[in-house]
Amino acid sequence: MHELGIVKHVIKTLHDVANENNVRHIGSVTLEVGEVSGVVLDQLVDCWNYFREKDALVKGAPLFVEKIPAVTFCTACENKYDTVAHGKTCPACGSTETYLIQGNEFSIKQIEAEVNEDA
Amino acid sequence: MNDPSFDVIEVRAGVEAENDRFAAQVRDFTGEHGIFLINLMASPGAGKTGVLCRIIDALAPKYRIGVMEADMDADVDSHTVTEHGAKALQLRTGTSCHVDAKMTLHGLEHFKPHFPDVVVIENVGNLVCPAEFDVGADLKLMILSLPEGDDKPLKYPLMFTVSDLMLINKTDTAPIFDFDIPACEERVHKLNPRMKIFPLSAKTGEGFPPFLAELERLIDDALTTKRKGASR
Ligand SMILES: Nc1nc2c(ncn2[C@@H]2O[C@H](COP(=O)(O)OP(=O)(O)O)[C@@H](O)[C@H]2O)c(=O)[nH]1
Ligand SMILES: [Mg+2]
Repeated sequence: MHELGIVKHVIKTLHDVANENNVRHIGSVTLEVGEVSGVVLDQLVDCWNYFREKDALVKGAPLFVEKIPAVTFCTACENKYDTVAHGKTCPACGSTETYLIQGNEFSIKQIEAEVNEDA
Repeated sequence: MNDPSFDVIEVRAGVEAENDRFAAQVRDFTGEHGIFLINLMASPGAGKTGVLCRIIDALAPKYRIGVMEADMDADVDSHTVTEHGAKALQLRTGTSCHVDAKMTLHGLEHFKPHFPDVVVIENVGNLVCPAEFDVGADLKLMILSLPEGDDKPLKYPLMFTVSDLMLINKTDTAPIFDFDIPACEERVHKLNPRMKIFPLSAKTGEGFPPFLAELERLIDDALTTKRKGASR
């Protein structure tokens, strides 16, 4: 259940972004989350829905998640394949000389924000 | 939500763009003051501080050396490198998992008025986040140690892709760990054909002479160029 810590960290980051950009209220938050980032999305959303009500900056703001599929590259045959289906072993040649090229991302992509004009 | 009173703020792209702006300022700063900046990255315990002490011992007669400590045990590390004759400074990374370009720039300013010739950042122990943040260094130096295993290039490809020079540390432990150095080198070169690799031991000193010779060559070349640029 590290989703709780992740949400707290996201909210802290949003406060930093809000301070820098003179944001009064955040209307929505969009995350980019890789398929094998280890984050459980349902729990993440539950934690978000709980914490957003306790923080005026993000009160009521929906959390949108853009999922990034996990793709692994095989250095033996240069094949790219679906990590979730095949793991570390290349389905084309059987090599395990493979590495993840995308799918472990976790970042705040963008927010919709009400900005204070009088600054 | 298409309410016209809402602005869209691109957070990730914004953070990256801001870091790149500061990285450019770091390059200007090191160019102006004739500083060779090294970003030293590795997992916790890989031997960053140990390698750093050997670098300082070898290079201190020739260059003024400064160190910016950012790893968890920064207090201890600062004390250690100071004993070896470097000027040490602690970077406050707070809860951050890496050093960014803004912290680097502010750290460099603290060496005023006597700027070192060579500044080494001992980055936070971690093979993921430091790889993602360019701090404007002249050399990205990474360490992988034998106990960590030779499969790390496959697990953390970005670190091995962005680094310029890699040390395989703790070669004295070869009888204990079945770390295949040639296989590891091959994996790294598939990711990054330019990577220079030196197996060595910070404990015994084995393997250091060729690495130190290469490092000195890199420093001298870069400082010559920077000093020419600054005097123009
Ligand atoms: N056997 C052996 N131990 C080493 C070597 N280099 C560092 N160590 C040990 O590994 C531990 C971590 O080293 P340190 O330099 O503090 O790593 P850091 O966390 O990356 O700064 C210490 O106990 C060192 O004595 C080496 O080449 N061989
Ligand atoms: Mg250390």
